[in-house]
Amino acid sequence: MPAAATEAPTLDSLRRLTRAFRVEILRMIEAAGSGHPGGSLSAIDFLTVLYFRDYLNVDPKNPSDPNRDRFILSKGHCVPALYCVLAHKGFLPVEELRTLRKFGSRLQGHPDRRRLPLIEANTGSLGQGLSIALGLALSAKLDRAPWQVFCMTGDGEIQEGQIWEAAMAAPKFKLGNLTWIVDYNQVQQEGLTKDQMDLAPLKDKLAAFNWHTQEIDGHDLDAIDRALAAARKVTDRPKAIILRTIKGKGVSFMELQTAWHGKAPNKEQADKAVAEIEGGRR
Amino acid sequence: MASATTGATRDAFGEKLAELGAAEPRLVVLDADLGGSTRTTAFMKKFPERRFELGIAEQNMIGAAAGLALGGKIPVATSFACFLTGRLETIRVCVAYNRTNVKLVGTHAGIGIGDDGPSQMALEDVAAMRALPGMTVLQPADRAETRQAVEWMVRHDGPVYLRLTRQNVPEIHEPGYRFEFGKLDPLWPKDPEAEPDLPSLAFAPPNGKPRRQAAILATGGVVSNALEAAKDLQSRGFLARVFNVHTLHPIDAEGVVRAARASQRLVTVEDHNLAGGLGSAVAEALAAAGQATPLVRLGLSDFAESGTTEELYAKYGLSASHIVEAALRNLA
Repeated sequence: MPAAATEAPTLDSLRRLTRAFRVEILRMIEAAGSGHPGGSLSAIDFLTVLYFRDYLNVDPKNPSDPNRDRFILSKGHCVPALYCVLAHKGFLPVEELRTLRKFGSRLQGHPDRRRLPLIEANTGSLGQGLSIALGLALSAKLDRAPWQVFCMTGDGEIQEGQIWEAAMAAPKFKLGNLTWIVDYNQVQQEGLTKDQMDLAPLKDKLAAFNWHTQEIDGHDLDAIDRALAAARKVTDRPKAIILRTIKGKGVSFMELQTAWHGKAPNKEQADKAVAEIEGGRR
Repeated sequence: MASATTGATRDAFGEKLAELGAAEPRLVVLDADLGGSTRTTAFMKKFPERRFELGIAEQNMIGAAAGLALGGKIPVATSFACFLTGRLETIRVCVAYNRTNVKLVGTHAGIGIGDDGPSQMALEDVAAMRALPGMTVLQPADRAETRQAVEWMVRHDGPVYLRLTRQNVPEIHEPGYRFEFGKLDPLWPKDPEAEPDLPSLAFAPPNGKPRRQAAILATGGVVSNALEAAKDLQSRGFLARVFNVHTLHPIDAEGVVRAARASQRLVTVEDHNLAGGLGSAVAEALAAAGQATPLVRLGLSDFAESGTTEELYAKYGLSASHIVEAALRNLA
């Protein structure tokens, strides 16, 4: 699966795309009247590179291909970012995005594969996605199948004990087909991660657990591209990419603000945020 | 009794699992450092590449099992019943909500485990598991039944919780017994045709005195106590019918109501807390059908203690004499 091949969009064009996605995410959550803008905005740069530079081998024309790569969003509350990417990648109608969180919608408040089979695993109870990803990776390894497993967690959810159980297990099974992405956006529901329960030094901890580790600026598309390319070359052990990110990235009044973890912008706030993003301030 | 031999249902589970592994290549087994006790060792020896040791980390084991199921495998995750089902929230999301084809096998159920004491005695696992949408809960009563329940479980597409004993239990089934999922298993009297299946208060026994009927519904390690109680009752001139409830969820509501209509009294017996187990499921079935047959539920309502199985069943009200007493209350 050659990434960054001739057909993949350039990083410059992806930069424009991430601005459009940020606007889309804010409008989706505004329309829903509830949701989690902060963590969606911190994750969107990575998701855009993962999906649009073809590091994730998935095909909208054959979404249930048994050999597709699997992406598990363990931080399920940030699913607006995933819906947005899936829609623009051609997996579901873009118009459907505005049904987020509405009664009868396939776009549930947290990922639900029973309603939307594109979702690889239902998540939302933090700390569980990495174990599911590990099981999928074991399955692929047992079958000697070529597909890869990617799992994105937040930083706050790493406080869950189950994460560390999975972090111990993946290197034991030498899961070179598993990549764990940490969206380290520094803020959780009730405060800063470093105050609630500090994780530092996370990279050292994961390295000590025998993971291949990289820590990068999670809003630098070039750095994300390079990190995913480097991770792909590692096949003898699981790989962690820690994204140093900013919760609410791209909207000045949301950045690193605890209040914007789980609050929808009203129309005025959304307009202001959109104007800022479209003005290209960042 | 069909056989005087005894054995633990966990033993039959381990043997059957290893046997099924050959014909079912999707079968994989996960353990949390208790595979020797849950009897997965035989599978491990035959299929080492399909058996995963996750260490003392049950939550991750359950999540990994869910992932393996999403990858097309049939994962069997084992531990002591308490440690496995104690990770309820992980089971709720990874298994039930995702509806992954995960088989959870909890051994060492109830106070019947004996010496190890309350921290090792699962007494709330059935209540927790049957509260989860889509979960099937099975508890076989002997080894012959366990072998068939394991086979059913592996073939069934959906989450299953299988509850097994540590202690040896008597073989209660005749050779040729066929496990029928979702149905009460009538164990006693052996020839049900000889017994009137009528809602009559009494029928004329040979000695002319009226005999009244009780139905005893038991599950797991205490089914043999129920059989013993039925024989005792018969010697006193009372007919008690015994049903083995191997399928705890969904319970055979029709069968329960039919048994109730034909009886003056129902008794449920389980090595589990009274809240939420077999007795609760039976009460729900009766209430839903408007069936007002009196019900006595035998089970636990507190943490127990160390001792032998017999000592504990005697102290905590699960021995044959307690069942006899419950069946006779207001009937004699």
